Amino acid sequence: MSLAATDAAPKDSLFSHARHIVAENPVTGIAFGLFALFALAALIGPYVVPHDPLASNTSAALQPPSATYWFGTDQLGRDIFSRVVVASRLDMIIAVASVALVFVAGGFAGIASGYFGGWTDRIVGRVSDTIMAFPLFVLAMGIVAALGNTVTNIIIATAIINFPLYVRVARAEANIRREAGFVQAARLSGNSEMRILLGHIAPNILPIMMVQVSLTMGYAILNAAGLSFIGLGVRPPTPEWGIMVAEGASFIISGEWWIAFFPGVTLMLAVFCFNLLGDGLRDLVDPQRRT
Amino acid sequence: MNIHAGNMSAGVNNMQPPLLEVRDLTVEFATRRGTVQAVKQVDLTLAKGETLGIVGESGSGKSVTSYAVMRILDRAGRIAEGTISFGGVDIGTASEGQVRALRGREMSMIFQNPRAALNPIRKVGKQIEDVLIEHVQAQPGDAKEKAIEVLKAVRIARPEERYHAYPFELSGGMCQRIVIALALACRPQLLIADEPTTGLDVTTQKAVMDLVVELTRERNMSTILITHDLGLAAAYCDRVMVMEKGKVVETANAEAVFRAPQHAYTRKLMRATPRKGVTLRDLLPEDAAPAAPAPTAPVEGAGTPLLIVENLVKEYPRQTPTSGMAGLFGIKGAAADPFRAVDGISFSVARGESLGLVGESGCGKSTTSMMLMRLVDPTSGRIVFKGEELSAIPAKRFAGSKWRSRIQLVFQDPTDSLNPRYTAARAIADPLMQMGSGLSGKALRAKVEELAGLVGLPVHLLDRFPHQLSGGQKARVGIARAIAPDPDLVILDEPTAALDVSVQAVVLNLLQDLKQRLGMSYIFVSHDLEVVRMLCDRVIVMRTGRIVEEGATEAIMAAPKAEYTRELLASIPHPPI
Repeated sequence: MSLAATDAAPKDSLFSHARHIVAENPVTGIAFGLFALFALAALIGPYVVPHDPLASNTSAALQPPSATYWFGTDQLGRDIFSRVVVASRLDMIIAVASVALVFVAGGFAGIASGYFGGWTDRIVGRVSDTIMAFPLFVLAMGIVAALGNTVTNIIIATAIINFPLYVRVARAEANIRREAGFVQAARLSGNSEMRILLGHIAPNILPIMMVQVSLTMGYAILNAAGLSFIGLGVRPPTPEWGIMVAEGASFIISGEWWIAFFPGVTLMLAVFCFNLLGDGLRDLVDPQRRT
Repeated sequence: MNIHAGNMSAGVNNMQPPLLEVRDLTVEFATRRGTVQAVKQVDLTLAKGETLGIVGESGSGKSVTSYAVMRILDRAGRIAEGTISFGGVDIGTASEGQVRALRGREMSMIFQNPRAALNPIRKVGKQIEDVLIEHVQAQPGDAKEKAIEVLKAVRIARPEERYHAYPFELSGGMCQRIVIALALACRPQLLIADEPTTGLDVTTQKAVMDLVVELTRERNMSTILITHDLGLAAAYCDRVMVMEKGKVVETANAEAVFRAPQHAYTRKLMRATPRKGVTLRDLLPEDAAPAAPAPTAPVEGAGTPLLIVENLVKEYPRQTPTSGMAGLFGIKGAAADPFRAVDGISFSVARGESLGLVGESGCGKSTTSMMLMRLVDPTSGRIVFKGEELSAIPAKRFAGSKWRSRIQLVFQDPTDSLNPRYTAARAIADPLMQMGSGLSGKALRAKVEELAGLVGLPVHLLDRFPHQLSGGQKARVGIARAIAPDPDLVILDEPTAALDVSVQAVVLNLLQDLKQRLGMSYIFVSHDLEVVRMLCDRVIVMRTGRIVEEGATEAIMAAPKAEYTRELLASIPHPPI
């Protein structure tokens, strides 16, 4: 319905638009709040934590949560709260870097295959089919095991297993738009094919890609933690949520639940937050919603 | 409804209670900026057997009124005030079950896009059967027989064969007949037709409208025809109701509306409707300031040919259907005779001339314009522009050619042709940035504002996104973009087909002024002969990829030689004046 009058000031600032979206969907507000908290922890966490995350203190081993040790201590007497906060930086770096990598590579490959079709489409399609043919976590394990046990390789492995998801979304969206009027118009304006791809089609696919980014971000964190959990990836004593859960798992039976519980809950909240963020982000970057 | 109009409705027995009576209807929509009244205090009465036309431009509330009658408003909308009484039932307060029983059986609706209204993966015969069985008009045993009867009733040739057709195998007009068949299957008392022929060719429009009128008369049904086309409403309706911004401005006998329109808005609408014997200037409202005669640019070498097209052919491969495993592995069937979308046409365009390219959908006019635009490569033939053979440059590399800026296009759909993420200013600047005008920053902005001024787009709208602009404003952005590189030839691909008549009048005048001022040549692609007559010096009539007739516009309109041109002219609905 074209009922809404367009006379009102069209220069809606991004801020007031964001406020509207949060007001329309409070869950988005919660997700953004959580995200701000995680981002803050990643940025300034190491400077403000009450204890040294690596210093062991055997006299205070396996303490339950208390005023001194908010989340308790582990078998070496390290403060779990400090370790959880400090770990957020490493986990965020892995998630953001791997998603940025796959966003650029997978997004570009997908748009190109949807737009050009033909051989580009066939090659990109077969590559992503090959990746999809493996159980994804096993593939990530294999890549890290083969390339070596470093943070860079975890990032690469996480990016590779997410590649087909980005390719498929970008390909489908680009394919719909390749004969759209505005693409023809861009051709008439003398744009080169590459410029049409990046300047005209890519920005229009951005909203749906943002949702994908947010969803895979949560998945990337889980994947990194999972690799560390089984002993690949980040090595102890570096604080990392997956390792901490793995270390705490053996103590649950003996009643020391807090060692695995707090990093686990943090991990869950991080994944939850990114999944919810997807909806909010889509609303924020879509100009059609800004009426 | 006022008593005055009631008396004027000819041939209606005033003693009989009306079939539909709407009083004081107000419909509200909840939006982000508060409540918007889409329909305000509308009264209407419809007698049995009567045909009422609701005419108005987009946003006038004509569709919303009919949705309220069927009670199919979307969730944000609600009937705020007023009563709707249909055959004694109060639609506003009746239970959902009661209304559902009425919909389909007592009142039925046909929509604008017939293809979208049909299930694409079910045979049309089966779809008719579904409706018949659902409403207990047929048993599974005799459903097929009855469905074929229904197909016969809507005058579909070879109904036994068409029974097995899928919607995509049928033409738009044929699909609309199926939709009409579905709507009329249960012999409802009221048929609401919401722009039933928009998007169909004129000859098809005539056939479909004739059918609707014939069927409703045969069954003594009442019809509400919702349309933006005054001519169509006048030709097929007993009474016409004109709406503007949610209000009824005039209700009267169809002939009276055209003989002596009472309301200023009706007069404006009538003026803007292209018709016989008027010029482009006549379409503008009376009170519009007489535009200063546009300074005429002397056309360099006027009359000499700018573009010569010789024996242009475009073939598309046609594949025989593949079956089973071969299809799965992408092995294509043996190539059949290729389909010739454009079948050897030759013509020329002189400098400063406007040439009309007229024909119905599928006649090859769009393919021709795509080839002239060098977006598509011709199969054979030559396109010579300013003495240079453009067909020698492949379409893929044409974007980088120096000739790209010389030929530009104004698109049919102003919404689809603007990038939703570019502001109006960015869209207009795009060709200037890509084609080496060397402008940037302030100089570029100044040029964009100058272009906006030329097309009459207020400068403050330049920073808006397409969805914040009206249809007419978007059309102006599209025109500004096309003239930005100062082209010699502009192809206009039905530039006003998506616009309201009053906006169309303004845009057509704008195009005419621009042509004089900038000394361009136009190729105007259209299905509307009346519009072409006003804008073009010469016209080419196309059918199935070939040129049927060519000549001076006035001569062809006055005395068409080809049978097909005569048929086209006869199909244009004319107001009875």
